[in-house]
Amino acid sequence: MKRTKIIAAIGMVGIAVSSVFLLSADHVDAPQVEGTKSDIADLYAFEGDNPNNTVFIATIQGPLASGQQTANAQFDEDVLIEFNIDNTGDFVEDLVIQAIRRGDSMYFFGPAAPAETGLESTVNTFAARTAVKISTGEEVEVTTANSLNVYAGPRRDPFYFDFNRFNLVASGSVAPEGFLPSGEASDFFEDLNVLSVAVEVPNSMLGTAPTHVAVAAEILPPGGAPNAYNVWVSTKRKSN
Amino acid sequence: MKIYKITAVFVAICISLLFVQCNDDDDNANIIEQSTCSDGILNGEETGIDCGGPCEACEDTGVALDFTGTFIQEDVMGRPGVNTVFSGSDAVKDLFNKVPTAMRGTLQDGQTETFQATFQNTLELYHDVYAAALMIDPEDLDYEENILGMNAATFTTVLANFDALQVAPEGTTTYYDGTNILTGRNLNDDVIDISLTLMFGGMSGTRFDGNNGTPQLTSDGVGVGTRVFGAFPHLEIPN
Repeated sequence: MKRTKIIAAIGMVGIAVSSVFLLSADHVDAPQVEGTKSDIADLYAFEGDNPNNTVFIATIQGPLASGQQTANAQFDEDVLIEFNIDNTGDFVEDLVIQAIRRGDSMYFFGPAAPAETGLESTVNTFAARTAVKISTGEEVEVTTANSLNVYAGPRRDPFYFDFNRFNLVASGSVAPEGFLPSGEASDFFEDLNVLSVAVEVPNSMLGTAPTHVAVAAEILPPGGAPNAYNVWVSTKRKSN
Repeated sequence: MKIYKITAVFVAICISLLFVQCNDDDDNANIIEQSTCSDGILNGEETGIDCGGPCEACEDTGVALDFTGTFIQEDVMGRPGVNTVFSGSDAVKDLFNKVPTAMRGTLQDGQTETFQATFQNTLELYHDVYAAALMIDPEDLDYEENILGMNAATFTTVLANFDALQVAPEGTTTYYDGTNILTGRNLNDDVIDISLTLMFGGMSGTRFDGNNGTPQLTSDGVGVGTRVFGAFPHLEIPN
């Protein structure tokens, strides 16, 4: 980048550090969702204990401090949590698994094709419904039904990151050293919690996976990565 | 069969139908069949007003669960850290959450440049900060192709326009394990170190790894630590 832009560059990054939460996985990622009950913290997707299944986990409303803040945290009945699965490779969701709280339970719908794709959703009440009582602490309530395992409740934040140091790194205030060595670095999320929803789904309910995007985009050679769904999580708030 | 017998049978059937019809009109049992889950009264096999039995499950208050309405997107996430690390400004961060995943490559209302252009600019800004600290001309310290062979434009295109976790139903799950790449995300995957390496590691993965007088920008120095992940739902009890 040109020298004339360097002053502006440092200024910009310096401003960024004034925001306490500059980076985490997606925790507090943008002003309009920061601190709201729709704020997504993280998304995980991995092979289940049964290798024919995939587990999807979304964490939201993080970070929550231990104690009262975690005990008082609640899923919002107006916020729909949606796992989106593209199984054709066009990054448009072909299937969704939806989760929404009613009372003391979380209701999961699907996986099923959404009535509409994109920014607006309705709840797939036509799809298979799997309810689970929201766990409150140490006890774990899991419902196994409709070929799914489902869970909802507060958990320790699985995300780890020396987040405070990152803010200093990004601002340039610890340049040129950068991050700390492992003995000195500190995991900001070590003692913090999140609200979480987890669903384990047989792959047979997700359709055939398309060509991996890195292969399709010729970043990797043919066979360089196995066929893979494209998956993202969204939170959507009731508007009427 | 003789005609009069046929007539008698016909009349008998008609009478029985009339009887059944009359019976239907008066019998409470049939009201059960006619009850609906939206008539505002507790009837049929419902256990609450319009809920329970064949209807939606009841809430504690004894009314039907309401799942109606339109829900509008507020937040979205595919790969970890993308919006927070690369969007740069608050306005871009908010806009990123409000554009469908498949539309991110298209210039949006209110944008003067695409998300990809913004991301690439941010990536270069991070390099400029360290160029300045190292007393190097920022023009001489730019992003270098990463370990996957992606230059700045390709890398930021993948991040901006294709922001989803790739999840392979077959084979090993990993964000990146040195061999397999982008087949999912495990709870213990060090996505920060992987992301930092793709941002600052260059072709070798060690370009700015803290050795040979370079800044440490490829690892934040923390790992999964004391976390232990068990059976479903795999997450630990809260702190």
